[in-house]
Amino acid sequence: MPASPCVVPDSISRPYSVHEVDCRVKTHDWVNGEYRRLVLSAPRSVLDCEPGQFFHLLCPQMEGLQPYLRRPMSIYSYDRIRGELSFLYKVAGTGTGTLARLQPGEHLNIVGPLGRGFEIRREWRRPLLVARGVGLATLAPLAGECARLGRQLTAVCSARSPDLVMSTDLFRFFGAEVITVTDAEDNSDVKSLTLLIEGLIRTRGIDAFFTCGSARLLRMLQEIGARHGIGGQVAVEQHMACGIGMCQACVRTFLRDGSTFNLRVCREGPVFDLHEVL
Amino acid sequence: MADLRTMIGSLTLKNPIMPASGTFSEELAEVFDLDCLGAHVTKTITRGKRSGNPVPRVCEVNGAMLNSIGIPSKGAPWFLQNTLPFYRDYEAPLVISISANTADEFARFAEEVSVPGVAAIEVNISCPNIEDDGKAFAMKPGATGDVVRRMRSATHLPLWAKLSPNTGEVVEVALAAEEAGADALVTANTMLAMAIDSRTGRARLGNIMGGLSGPALKPITLRMTYQCARAVSIPVIGCGGISTVDDVIEYLVAGAHAVQVGTATFISPSTMPRLVRELDEALDSRGLPSVDALIGTVDVTNEAVAVAEMRDGCHAAR
Repeated sequence: MPASPCVVPDSISRPYSVHEVDCRVKTHDWVNGEYRRLVLSAPRSVLDCEPGQFFHLLCPQMEGLQPYLRRPMSIYSYDRIRGELSFLYKVAGTGTGTLARLQPGEHLNIVGPLGRGFEIRREWRRPLLVARGVGLATLAPLAGECARLGRQLTAVCSARSPDLVMSTDLFRFFGAEVITVTDAEDNSDVKSLTLLIEGLIRTRGIDAFFTCGSARLLRMLQEIGARHGIGGQVAVEQHMACGIGMCQACVRTFLRDGSTFNLRVCREGPVFDLHEVL
Repeated sequence: MADLRTMIGSLTLKNPIMPASGTFSEELAEVFDLDCLGAHVTKTITRGKRSGNPVPRVCEVNGAMLNSIGIPSKGAPWFLQNTLPFYRDYEAPLVISISANTADEFARFAEEVSVPGVAAIEVNISCPNIEDDGKAFAMKPGATGDVVRRMRSATHLPLWAKLSPNTGEVVEVALAAEEAGADALVTANTMLAMAIDSRTGRARLGNIMGGLSGPALKPITLRMTYQCARAVSIPVIGCGGISTVDDVIEYLVAGAHAVQVGTATFISPSTMPRLVRELDEALDSRGLPSVDALIGTVDVTNEAVAVAEMRDGCHAAR
């Protein structure tokens, strides 16, 4: 074990892999009517992260809104050269409610990087990303990684209405073929999507699914995957307390080799095999 | 540099800061050097495998959290084979927390885990006693004494009885544990609580009820620490809502010989090393040579007056 002195880790990145640091807010803008993007100035120590991992955010305490526990949030982007880490989120409750009031120049305490991210297996040459809402934020850095590894990428982005579809420019920037579906256009239901995706399997040779953020989309992809022998990965969510693996709060049930068992979303996940999630 | 050492019975801890059971595991070694702690305390284990409670297992309330984790456990053999070796690399004494359904099972389990590498056993008697309609052992002096006595004859290791705030007989339970041979008391476990979502009307924990922990619990467990420390002659370890060095000092002053830090580690995983450093600084700035100089120094000169006034007040109310 390291014989280092008892210090609060902040700047020296080795041998500790999880860091608690205060980061200055660089920018904090609305992306559309519902989502905000928070860009932090982050030290190099926390930027050894990967798509699918998350940080645990200490949302500010404000009058009337006092979130007590940290809030897990998946990485939207990270840039080691510029020293930036960003999150895309929807204001939905107490935690994101106070987070939304952070101003540029103020600081946010974060812990991370945490969890196990996506793995793009060698045999997965033509992955399909399917997500809705904030799930798109989690898949955005994965698109970058697919581009870096030379994968031919397709992304299906779902939303309630066309003005709420996010990350399409980013996905296109990474070379993805982007298809948007919305409730308003009546083409985002499971039946329409199944037809669309089975068509993409034929025309584009899709050989892996990645998804996040919707139980409905997960079930659909599990069913399509089972029919076509296609695997993949999913990033899941669960109520968390510690985020590190100590408290056993964030378990979900998984199926492996015919038997079920509990795994910690924060530790063994948040990314899991598509077909193991129950 | 003040002398941070503290004695818990026969064990000397290099400082009084240690984790509370259930809020500590090997993963924390990714955040700081675990050897800076006075001791290591494992999450409670049971002999057999347990899957734990339904989710959600945690929720937050003002200044506190509720949990109903349900002691998921991979069982004793797994623990001895996989978890125990991890802690062998550390100098800090390892305290393992155990739970069981009956006094007899507690004793057999204590014997099974009395192996090299284990420095003490923390007895989690806040779990339901299946021989007493599910009431926690620590709610009653008789059941507490029974568990500790049976364990005392089954192991040579120090026994720390972790008491529960869910009792009206705090001192009686503490005395029963001491009488039965406990080497230290831990005050205390979480307080049974509940939260409901007002919009949906739904209980916010999968198990409906759960234990409250965090800063909101501190005044209650601090009071228990004070009550127990003046009633027993074995050391008391304070636990409940500690997140600042002032919290640590309050517990020491109340009579605790050491403290356990729990929920604060979830909020800030580097809380414990920070508290070790800040306690050292606080003692220095007060010109105190050691932790011992603080223990049990609470000023209660008002107590006699307060009791007398309360009595007079009661008379007057009649």
